[in-house]
Amino acid sequence: MIVNGVSVDDTFAEAFAMRGTRLIITAQTLGWARTAAVSMTGFATSVIGCGLEAGIECELDGARTPDGRPGIAVLLFATSSSELAKQLERRVGQCVLTSPTSAVFSGIASGRPLPLGKTLRYFGDGHQISKVIGGRHYWRVPVMDGEFIAEDTAAMSDAIGGGNFLILASGASQALAAAEAAIEAMRRVSGAIMPFPGGIARSGSKVGSKYKALIASTNHAFCPTLRASVDSELGPDVECVLEIVIDGLTEEAVRHSMQAGLRAVCAVGAAGGILRLSAGNYGGKLGKFHFPLRALLP
Amino acid sequence: MTELVLRLRAAPAFRLDLSLLTPERLAGQTADAVARLPLAYGRRSVPVGEWFDVRGTAGPRILIEGDGVRLDRIGAGMQDGQIRVEGGAGAYLGIGMRGGRIDVSGSVDAYAASGLVGGLMRIGGDAGDYLGAALPGEHRGMRGGVVIVGGRVGDRAGDHMRRGLILAEGACGDYCGSRMQGGTIATLGACGARPGFAMRRGSLVFAGPPPSPGPTFNDAGELPLGFLVLLARSWKELPSRFASLSRPSIRVRRWVGDLAFAGQGELIHWPG
Repeated sequence: MIVNGVSVDDTFAEAFAMRGTRLIITAQTLGWARTAAVSMTGFATSVIGCGLEAGIECELDGARTPDGRPGIAVLLFATSSSELAKQLERRVGQCVLTSPTSAVFSGIASGRPLPLGKTLRYFGDGHQISKVIGGRHYWRVPVMDGEFIAEDTAAMSDAIGGGNFLILASGASQALAAAEAAIEAMRRVSGAIMPFPGGIARSGSKVGSKYKALIASTNHAFCPTLRASVDSELGPDVECVLEIVIDGLTEEAVRHSMQAGLRAVCAVGAAGGILRLSAGNYGGKLGKFHFPLRALLP
Repeated sequence: MTELVLRLRAAPAFRLDLSLLTPERLAGQTADAVARLPLAYGRRSVPVGEWFDVRGTAGPRILIEGDGVRLDRIGAGMQDGQIRVEGGAGAYLGIGMRGGRIDVSGSVDAYAASGLVGGLMRIGGDAGDYLGAALPGEHRGMRGGVVIVGGRVGDRAGDHMRRGLILAEGACGDYCGSRMQGGTIATLGACGARPGFAMRRGSLVFAGPPPSPGPTFNDAGELPLGFLVLLARSWKELPSRFASLSRPSIRVRRWVGDLAFAGQGELIHWPG
């Protein structure tokens, strides 16, 4: 399959079941809501080393937040509910509670509860106040700029992590430009995030390593400098490969996000130095969810 | 929608206990069957038909018409459906109610919404003493739900209240929120003496004239409280004047107390 001069491999992205949640972080200004959100979703690129994968989903104006202030919706994904709960408590406690004027709310209406204010309230040292307002339970925790308001629990949902595709280009500039175009399009899709820096990963990995201590190592088949040394997937014309990884609350969200990204890359096309599109998988043996690239295009 | 109508023929001489007449207890019964049901009347038991003309079919809605000042325990323990009272109601309106809705166009007697767990109660007129309070000897008052009073609220509203919301569009009597352990009472009118007496937790919000806190409340001064936005937004869908409450700021004056007890309650004056 060739779209706008870009060869699309007959392959699929293999994704896995995860646990996910959405939080809404608000603050006096959008800038401070974003600061808290960026801080909270930092060092959250991969469950391999960070414990969870997280990112900013979208900005929200006051009409779409519980307290009428500007806010940011963030999505968080982990491989287990216990890890998600642990990471949530740490990250909200260290990055949102500490951020000036912030408040945090559940962004999913129903689902299995994840402790949010329920555990953070203890920071109030007994001065915290519980309020049930409109059927939702909040905590008012006294802090030095007033009160930190946190909803008692967030809701956890089944989610999908590891949707992905690879952009193979004639050079780094071309790959980066196409990847940036893809990320811009993908950020308009709700319910999904791209957790790597700027949404883009240059160090795609494979499972395992020659070193026993490592559970993942470089995806040698897609490394241009190894094409003469290993069983490479790359022809002589490919100088750069970038990967975009997608986590979503639903299979539909991951599919729409991948579709938006793949279309944006194809729009750049061969004229922009894009040669091939591929995806990472494990032969279909590990992940429950498969996203064939050709079914998502044109 | 099916509706069961009970028209009171004359004012009873003694208290009449209507706790049996809730939508879930009467579900599927004909008007004749309902008319034969026994009601506690003073020390006697009398059939519903002795005091009421009954028509319609029992379903999710019940309409009670007439001067109901001696009709006690309307909607007691109700879980679902709607009871509408065209007129007044007696004591213990909706006691132990868990869900559904009660609308009373007139005034009600004492202990309305006592032990309320859930649901919505709208009283068009005045409410007697001990609205949403615990019964004597009990330690648990209102534990959830919403009560809206269009008129004046009597003394000791929310006594031992644990959770839930009382919105008083008129004035409140003395000792409003006494021994309160949680929840919120808001009023648009004036408040009587010693609001929040012996309260341990909970919020009393005065959106009209400022309160006169007792000596065991400390003035915390003026400051913005963000949770008031959540509170006001939750009122938007309610059938109350509070739905259109407009406040330019969340900067309020706050008193904390009752310091003779746990002292984690608050009196909030939220001026317009």
